[in-house]
Amino acid sequence: MATTKLFFAGSGGQGVLTMGQMLTYAAMYADMNATWLPSYGPEMRGGTANCTVVISPEKPVSCPLIYEADDVVVMNLPSLIKFESLVKPGGNLFVNSSMIEQKATRDDINVYYVPANDIAMQLGNARTANTVMLGALMSVSPVVPEAMVHKIMEKTFSGRKAHLLDINKTALHAWETRK
Amino acid sequence: MSEKVLMKGNEAFAEAVIRGGVRFYFGYPITPQSEIPEFMSRELPKRGGAFLQAESELGAINMAYGCGAAGGNGFISSSSPGIALMQEGMSFLCGAEVPVTLLNVSRGGPGIGSIQPGQADYNQVTRGGGNGDYRIPVFAPASIQEAVDILYEAPAIADRYRNPVMVLADGLMGQMMEPVTLPEAKHAFTSEEISTAKPWALSGSEKGTRSVVKSLRLQPEVLEQHVEHLFEKYAVMEKELERVECEGLEDAEVVFVAFGTMARLAKEAMELLEAQGIKAGMIRPISLWPYPYKAFDAISDKTKAVISVELSMGQMLQDINLGVKGRVPVKLIHRVGGMLPTSLEVVEKTKKILEEVR
Repeated sequence: MATTKLFFAGSGGQGVLTMGQMLTYAAMYADMNATWLPSYGPEMRGGTANCTVVISPEKPVSCPLIYEADDVVVMNLPSLIKFESLVKPGGNLFVNSSMIEQKATRDDINVYYVPANDIAMQLGNARTANTVMLGALMSVSPVVPEAMVHKIMEKTFSGRKAHLLDINKTALHAWETRK
Repeated sequence: MSEKVLMKGNEAFAEAVIRGGVRFYFGYPITPQSEIPEFMSRELPKRGGAFLQAESELGAINMAYGCGAAGGNGFISSSSPGIALMQEGMSFLCGAEVPVTLLNVSRGGPGIGSIQPGQADYNQVTRGGGNGDYRIPVFAPASIQEAVDILYEAPAIADRYRNPVMVLADGLMGQMMEPVTLPEAKHAFTSEEISTAKPWALSGSEKGTRSVVKSLRLQPEVLEQHVEHLFEKYAVMEKELERVECEGLEDAEVVFVAFGTMARLAKEAMELLEAQGIKAGMIRPISLWPYPYKAFDAISDKTKAVISVELSMGQMLQDINLGVKGRVPVKLIHRVGGMLPTSLEVVEKTKKILEEVR
């Protein structure tokens, strides 16, 4: 299996760094090699946030930096404008259509419009928008086993946060179910 | 073997030195390594150690000097301009033969520069910014696992040679996350054990002999003898601490030389070039001092260019040229200021260089 390069972008608080981390944890639990690289610096204080995830099932990840991505998730309009070009030809772009009215301009990529915030609201927790988006990504590009995503969710949503586990597991399939 | 964990570079670095026996941290926050003092302030008190935020970098390095002189295993972390402020202390530590583990999570320069990754500390850490004849071994890991393994070993290396040891990581490694296996924690010296383990230390024991730890030697013949002694020690370090990883040198048309994150970028460039029918090899110095000059002897007659891939204006070129000895043209692919090249950019520039030298 080849290396998969993923990129997540949005504004601070939209859970973009968490989406990437969830996948990285899941990859590690599945005995794959993975790197997670966040943007850091002044832009993370109230501006845009992004992270790069590279997953390599067999050999170690050569490089945590990317020049193109197989899958790109954009959660807000500035991210669509800035990172649409990062998707490699034939790759996938996931657009949070709850926050972005504009359409993608390229025709050499697959574009999926996911109303992540709307679906999250219907599920009863607006903060699951990033999980809805992660689920959409995984239904198109099953880069890690879902059971391993469940494993990290079970670790993350435990103790005081245990009540959030079920809704997040549901959110993972919400977009696929709705289609 | 313990289970793999996913850790941010900076936190993994801090955990690794604690497991390597460090119990005392001195530092002053600076991006991109502030997670280290944060982690240490939380963890060290729980593990029988102490965390101290100094009033400045100069304060921190001198506190580590005092700690090391008393036999404690001290650790300092900072980033480029902060390391620059500590150079005086590093000269003193070497002169007085005091072991300390140092970590530089480097960023862009000169001056206060930027907070984005940089490698323009190469000269600062390999040549030293302090006064006098001294040497500090420098290791530049390329993955978080390698950094963990080296930082785990570093306090013991510092103790063995009674000398500071530095690990050079870049900001990118400090901020990224990668699965790591953490080694089993070593036993850390108790105050009682220090007087036997480190008889030279100012341990306050009642052993009846007087220990002296200082860098001041006013009599020229005494200082000369001391410097000669230091260099006998550095000669042993050169033999024992050199580390390098070479790949595909036999039939390489082009050989990359890179350390840290840039070595990973060069590795991907090698794969991309290979797919285009161009065979590339790599020399990855893990120790920057002692520099693995001998590794360059393995460069074959088929090689048309040796290319340094660096986040500086070519600070490593001098060492590469000493290794290559004029046999092959030495070129540079670089970005500075916190800008990072892509592997594709390295591939395109390599192809241009190969056209030039053909």
